[in-house]
Formats: sequence, structure tokens, C-alpha cells
Amino acid sequence: MKASAFDYVRAKSLPEALDLLARHGEAAKLLAGGQSLLPALNLRLSAPEILIDISHLPELRGISTTATSLRIGALTRHVELQNAALVAEHAPVLTQAIGHVAHAAIRSRGTIGGSLANADPAAELPACALALHARIVMQSPRGERVIAADDFFTGLFATALLPDEILTAVEINLAQPGDVHGFGELARRSGDYAIVGLAAQGRVQNGKLAALRLGYFSIGTKATLATKAAAILTAGGGIEAAAAALADDLEPHDDLQADAATRLHLARVLLRRVISGMMPSLKAAA
Amino acid sequence: MSLSPTDLPNSYIGRTVPRPNLARLTEGRGLYVSDLTLPRMVHVAFLRSPYAHAEIRSIDTSAAENMPGVVRIVTGEQMQAFCTPWVGVLAHLKGLKSAPQHPMAVGRVRWQGEPVVAVLATSRALAEDAAEHILVDYSELPAVVDVLAALDPSKPVIHDGLGDNLAFERRLDAGHVDAAFAEADHVIEQSFTFGRHTGVTLEARSIVADWNKAEARLTVHLGTQAPHMMQNIIAMHLGLEEPQVRILCHDVGGSFGIKVHVYADDMAVAALARMAGRPVKYVADRLESFVADIHARDHVVHGRIAVKNSGEITAFEIDDLTGIGPYSMYPRTSAVEANQIVNLVGGQYACPNYRARARVVFQNKAMMSQYRGVGHPIATSVTEGLVDLAAARIGMDPLEIRRRNLVADDAYPCASASGLRFEAMSHHASLNKLLGMMDYAGLRTEQAALRAKGIYRGIGFASFIEITNPGPAFYGVGGARISAQDGAAVRLDATGAVIVQSSITEQGQGSEAVIAQVTATAMGVPLDRVRVILGDTDNTPYGGGTWASRGAGIGGEAAWQAGRALRSNILTLAGTILQARPETLDIRAGVVVDAEDGRERLPLSELARIAYFRPDTLPCDFQSELMATRHFVPREYPFAFTNGIQASYLEVDTDTGFTRLLRHWVVEDCGTVINPQLVDEQIRGGVVQGLGAALFEHCQYDAQGQMINANMADYLVPMAGEMPDIDVAHVVSPTLESVIGAKGAGEAGTAGAAACVVNAVNDALSPFWVVISEIPMTPALILRALGRG
Repeated sequence: MKASAFDYVRAKSLPEALDLLARHGEAAKLLAGGQSLLPALNLRLSAPEILIDISHLPELRGISTTATSLRIGALTRHVELQNAALVAEHAPVLTQAIGHVAHAAIRSRGTIGGSLANADPAAELPACALALHARIVMQSPRGERVIAADDFFTGLFATALLPDEILTAVEINLAQPGDVHGFGELARRSGDYAIVGLAAQGRVQNGKLAALRLGYFSIGTKATLATKAAAILTAGGGIEAAAAALADDLEPHDDLQADAATRLHLARVLLRRVISGMMPSLKAAA
Repeated sequence: MSLSPTDLPNSYIGRTVPRPNLARLTEGRGLYVSDLTLPRMVHVAFLRSPYAHAEIRSIDTSAAENMPGVVRIVTGEQMQAFCTPWVGVLAHLKGLKSAPQHPMAVGRVRWQGEPVVAVLATSRALAEDAAEHILVDYSELPAVVDVLAALDPSKPVIHDGLGDNLAFERRLDAGHVDAAFAEADHVIEQSFTFGRHTGVTLEARSIVADWNKAEARLTVHLGTQAPHMMQNIIAMHLGLEEPQVRILCHDVGGSFGIKVHVYADDMAVAALARMAGRPVKYVADRLESFVADIHARDHVVHGRIAVKNSGEITAFEIDDLTGIGPYSMYPRTSAVEANQIVNLVGGQYACPNYRARARVVFQNKAMMSQYRGVGHPIATSVTEGLVDLAAARIGMDPLEIRRRNLVADDAYPCASASGLRFEAMSHHASLNKLLGMMDYAGLRTEQAALRAKGIYRGIGFASFIEITNPGPAFYGVGGARISAQDGAAVRLDATGAVIVQSSITEQGQGSEAVIAQVTATAMGVPLDRVRVILGDTDNTPYGGGTWASRGAGIGGEAAWQAGRALRSNILTLAGTILQARPETLDIRAGVVVDAEDGRERLPLSELARIAYFRPDTLPCDFQSELMATRHFVPREYPFAFTNGIQASYLEVDTDTGFTRLLRHWVVEDCGTVINPQLVDEQIRGGVVQGLGAALFEHCQYDAQGQMINANMADYLVPMAGEMPDIDVAHVVSPTLESVIGAKGAGEAGTAGAAACVVNAVNDALSPFWVVISEIPMTPALILRALGRG
């Protein structure tokens, strides 16, 4: 199928993009990497009147660190994330996850801001943002707003972004001694959306797992933190108790690949595998 | 070792040489239908039925008529005057019935995706815009979806005039089946389920039809496997004479049987070109390909096998039920797959007792018809699944039971219980070669060691037979005007270069290379002096095309014969010029030489110069003939059977249900191998499509007859990342029906791949006492079988 007709404008600066967005409101869609939007247009699932191309905004580029944070510009492409030394140092779970995002051609164009703003429940990056306790930076004509990833993903393809806001960056705390991470997903084919996936981030303190955050994706309507399972694991309750608690943490759905029960089973398999990878001692205990 | 006529000093037969079209295709300089733009050309978008079964109450196109770029809007009703309906039956498939099918629905839609309204506009996008403004008032009817439901008297009859939904039934009873089952030490039964899948060609179906009113001639640019068949059918249904239709088949991006059929939307495009008086282009998009292209398989087979404690297999019995959508496909029908299954089950084994029934039913789904392997994957999976179950029951190694029952290599010629006649096959030589490749004992040791660590690996086998090189037995005897023979016309041009026009077609598998290699060898000229012309009903001999693994075996032999005839003409001319006896001369590397010592006598360029420009120097009573045409069809056997054996080694993750393919082996016997690399890659491609069927590909429907995964994200084609290394080797038993001795190789990979993967999964899961006999074997299916998840 072919997209229905739309207007296109390329913004040259963030203020111009914000101005265009304010002017066109709901009739507009922001175009960054286009890896989700353009297929949706061609499938006529989305028919905006105008595309505002933000892919050339200098303000949204670059990966840098401050005294406390790693800052990743929203236009950072997946391939740039994959290759960035700063990301590997401070958010290695992102480096690990990005290899599972679709295929090379898509990783060459897709952006982290686009993935987070799209909030596909099957996407890897929202779950990574949850696991990393990331902060989402947004800009509107009213100024900058920063919220925790925990509050950003509100539902199926739904976020806390207001209609006149543009996601500009992601901030993540710098890595600390003892940080550990794990990632796993079960996809039928390399590059497919996973049946279920898990991004995990924690810290080993005094030989014990602490500050554990388990970001699940492809299970339920949005990326979800499994807080009860994480609490059990950090309290030393063991993997099986944590796996059992996933029934409370997650709201698995049925789809063509797996029904809810199978999906929950697979979420538990992933928990065992990812946690044992992070903490081999826990595997022995289990 | 004695030399065959094809083992010439400069033979290209049996050599891997680069394909003549390689650079053109890899540099993006091919010409596909979608590349064509003709003056005044318009594009069509079809509004397709959203329902599996519904009455069309009314169609309102008024709003769409005024949309930008719209040229014309045509309904099925309006098209009736320009294209007659067709019925997909063949006389030799006795009792097969179907209903008249129109290019676009008239009054009632019978599958989701059936074309309902055509919108012609100056671009495809504008046509789609307008299509969104057409209002069709449907009254939804209950749909027949499941094959098991189709024969239920409480379910609707899809075609009122046909009485019921049973399209075709065939029974076969050979030998003494009841006695064999009664006397068996063990009888094992198993039901097998085969999901629907489809071909997913890299290039979607595409057509440009161009009616030239001044010539009263329709030129159709079409990616098809059978140009002359399409010429006949388009002419017949548009009310034209055959010479008024020209089919041009340019480069084609994969077919796999998908592009050998007559599609409603293609016929509509031909009719629209005539109605509009303008060239009309239609390129199927991926979404409509899933519901408009043919699907394949969709069988439920109940099987029984009788076995003695000695391992002797004494009887097979099968009952196949398959659903084909609302019409039998035209003109090759949708009963061939079931018919093949009846023919093929047990055919690799020396077992005389065999009973079969096949029933083919209508349903409200996309139409089902011949796709790569046609029936073979089903027959092989059922046969080899039953054989493995029998081996397990009597505690015999799966290879050993095959050794004891496969038809002996010195038993030919012979016939199967179902009456198939075999000229020469090599089951035991193939099995032995396979063993030499795979280190079976080592794998069993590794399997046992890993099993102790909770890692479940499996080894599976599948022996198979395959129908290739069909003569008229497939279609001609049933009344279809599909040529059984193929032809080649070879000529020497004035520079000594050779041009071959062949009636077979190229879809990416290398037909062009095969024709060039055979012709170059027959003539004794360098390969780069041969140019091949295919796919044009105005400019090639009349013939069948490329399907059913017949291109090399039939079209290749025609090229051989034509090349030898032209060589003979050339040597006669050379003898006249050189005042030598033709039989003392030969052509080598494009030069006429003395046959005895290879001394160069006359380059073909010089010979051609004399023939064309200075015939005055030749005797008055001598006329050179530098073009020769020959046709070929095998006459002794209706089909050339090939055989082979495949093996799979894989690992099942019993926690996740995921299957990882570790290695795949194929030994097959396609007779003479013309181009080893092309044959091996054909085998590998076929294996990959079989692996797709085993693990990934599935056209999934809901209870209302909606295909619910009709996109490339949810329909999983096999991808490189999941494919194992595939080792291929050959045993060569040439057919004696032709000089070159080639049988078909295009479908062998597909015939056995799924069967050995299923057997390997069951081998892996044998500690759990689980038997899986349904494909695709998804993780969810495996977890369910294991009682997990």
C-alpha cells in the first residue's frame, strides 16, 4: 500500500520544531528515524496531515556525560548507541539490548528518542530505560521538563508526552562500582519482536544483589518493572520465589505467538536465565 | 570409465560456471514488471473483500469517481461482459468439481481478499485513495473455515449449485491391506497436521497489460512460469484469438509455483486494459499477496503403518483431508496436491500393501494450489513419521528400518504400490553417502552425553521420492492446454555467436545458465558466445515453461537436441567449404577442427561469414541452414522420479520450546548434474522453504475466516539467522530417456526437509514420551506437548 498524501516540513532548530508542533497540534507527527512511523503511514494505520522532520535538529544529538549523568540525545541512532564507548561504560545493558533491535538497516536509522516516544510494548529500549532508572527530558514552549522513565510509559503506545512536547534526551546515572546487568529475549527469528524480553540492572553490594530493576517488555500493554520479583531477589528470597511473584508483577497478554500462560512461563524462564547470568551464585543456590 | 555424449572435450555439463545473467541481476540492471512504465499507463488498486463469506448488496462508487487521478472504476458485474468465468477442473481427476470463478466477485464474496472493485488511476496511491471512498454494502454469511467443518451438513454450502463442499475424492487400494494389518506384529496410528503456508516470492506478482487497438492485440508483461499457457487462457476468456495475445516474461524474482497459476486479479487487469484502452499496471503489495496468492498444504492426514518385529513394513494406510479455499485453482486445479499424496506415500519402500483416501474440500479461505514440492512434503512427512514410530515401537534404529525396507538399488525398473513407474533410483547408495557425511555414531554419542546434562538434541531422517520431468500425464491428458513438451531454436549468427530461444522460463534459479551450458556443450562453442532468449510467446518455441522440476530435464534436452542438429548442419557446411567429410570434423571452442587431432581448420566466424555473405563461393546446389529447432518430451515414463535422503540435527530448549537447527544434510539423485552450484543452491533453497514450513510459516485464520497474520512481521519466513549449514551431495542415476540424462532438482529440498526436522524434534523429545506431528512446530506447540507453559 501507499501512504495517503501528507505535507512535510523539515525543522532546522528545536524552537522552530516546537513552533510547528504548536501550530499543527494533533494533525502533525514528528519524523525522526521513521522506522515505525513510515511503515504505519504505508499501511494507512496513521494518516497525519503533516510530518515535521526533526532529524536534523542539532540540539537533539550527541552522547555526553556530566558529573552525575550520561546524557543521550534523542536523535542518537541505534547504531550509534551500539558503538558508543560512553554507553558501554555507563549503560552496558543498552549496548547489549541494541543488538536485538530489529536488523542492521533499521538500527542505522531508528533513534532512541523515537523508540521511547513510540512506546511499543514489544520494544527493547523502553524496558532498558526502566531498568536503568532513566530520566526522560522533554521540551515544550513552556520550557524543559524531566520525568522518570517509571512515569513516562503510560500505556499501549502511550506516554506522558504532551501534544506540544518533544522528547529531547535521556539521562542515566553514571555507572557505580558493583553495577551488574543482564538482558535476554525470546524471539522466533533474529531481529523479530520478542515473545517476551527482560532488561535487568542491579548492583552487587557485600556479595548480595541490590537496587535491582527488572524491565520486562513484550508482556502486557507496556514495558513493565517487575517490582515484587526484584524485591524478593534483593531480600535474598531466591529465584523461584521471585519467578512465582511475576504473576503479580506482570499482566501477560495473548497473541499469535503465545497465550498469557505461556508468556508468563517464558518470563519466568528468562528471569532464571538473566539473574543467573548476573549472579552465578544465585544459580547455584537455586 | 566410458564417456557419454555429453562428456565432450570442452563440456560445460557438470561444471559450475557463472550464470550469464549474474551481473545484470546483481548490479540491479534486471528488468522486472514493476520497472515498466508505458505511455498513458494507469495503475489499478483492488478493493478486496473484508469478509470471508458475504452477499454484496450494493456498491456505490460515486464518491470515488470524482477523486483526483481516477480514470475508471469497474465492478465485477461490469467486467462480466469483458471476461468469461472459468472452472478449475481436469478430466483425469475424476469427479473433481468447482464453480465458475469471475475475475472479480459477482454478487457474493467467498474469501477475505477476493477482488471486488478495481480502481484505475494515474498512480497507485491515488487509486488507493479513491478505493477508500467506495461503499460496499455486504451482508455477512457464516464462513466455512476449518477443513473438518467443511463436510459437516450443518455448515453452509459455499457454491449452492454444487450441493456440498466436497470438491474431489480419490480412493486407492493396492495389495492386501487388511490381511497385512491383521498379520502385523504392530500397527501404529498417528494423525498429522500441516498448516497452511504460502510462497512469499521476493518479487510480488506483477502485470502490465497493454491493449493496442490498432493491432487488435494485447501485450501482457507478466512474471509467469508458463507464458504459452497464459497466452491461451487470456485469449480464451477475453474472447480473443491466441495470436492476438503476446506474453512477455522479463526477469522474475522467484516463483516456487506461486506464479504458475491464473489469478483473478491478473485476468481482471487484462480485461481492464481492453476496457480502458490504456496500459494497466498492477503490482501486488505484500498485504494483498498474503490473501491473493495461492496458499499450500492445509492437510490433516490420518496414517497407519503395519510392521513386523523383523522391521519389515507390510502396509501403509492414509486418509487425507485438505481445504482449498472456495474454488479449485485454474487451470491446474487444487486437487493435484492431494492426488500426489495418494500417489507418493510409501513409494520409497518395497511395500505392496497400500490403501489411501484423499478428500478435497471447499472453504472460505484464500485458494490453495501447487507450490514447491506439491504434496511431497506431506507424503514424506506422513511416510517417514510412521516409519520412525514403527522403528521406535520395535526398538530398531531409524536408519536400520529404512535399510531393511527401501527399494533395492538393483530392483529397477519397478513400480510402487500406487502404480508409479520408476526407471532408476538410488535409495541405498544415497543412504550410505549420507552416513559418510554426517558421522551418525558420533552424533548419537554426543546426543547421549548432552542429554545427561539436560540438553536435548535430536537426529531425524527422511527418505523421499520426487516427481520430475512430467510429460502430458499431469495436465495434457486432463484437457488443459499446457504444453508437455518444450522446444529450443538455436542459430548461428554472422559472427559465429549462438542464440538460443527456449520455451522454458527463468525465475532466478538459473534456467538461462542451464540452457546456455547445454547448448554450448552440444555445439562445442565457448559459453560466452551463447545468448539465451526466454519468456516471449512471439519469439520462443511453443512450450510448457518452468515448473514441476522440468526446466533442465525437458527444456535442457530440447536445447541439447537443437544444438546437436545445428552442429551437424555446421559440420556439413564446413565439410563443403573445406572439402572434407563432415564426420572427420568437430567443433571445439568455437572452431571447426579435425576430429582426429584437433587441428584448427575454420573458425565459426569465418564459416558464418561465408554462409551469410559469400554463398556464391559455395556449390549451387548447397544451401546452408544455420538455425535448428528441436522439441522434447519424455515418452517412455510419465515422470522421471528422483530420490534422496535428508537428515537434521537440532536442539530443543525444553524450557522455552525453541528449536535450534544445528546441521542439515541432503543426498539426492537428480541424474546428470548440469551446474553443480545451481543444483546445490536449488536444493538448499528448497530445504529452507521446507524448514520454514516445519518451524515458522503459517497462514493463520480466525473462526470468521480472517487471515490474522497477513504481513511480514507476523508471517515468519525463514531467515538466514535461523538456518543451519546445509551439506549437499549427489548420487547420479541419469534418466535414459534423454541424452543429457538430467532429472529435476528444484523441489527435492522441500520434499524431505520438514519431515526430518519433525523426526529430529521427536527424537530429541523421546525422553519425555512426546510425539509431535503438527507443523509448524512453534515454541508454544512444543511447550504444550511437554505440558509446560
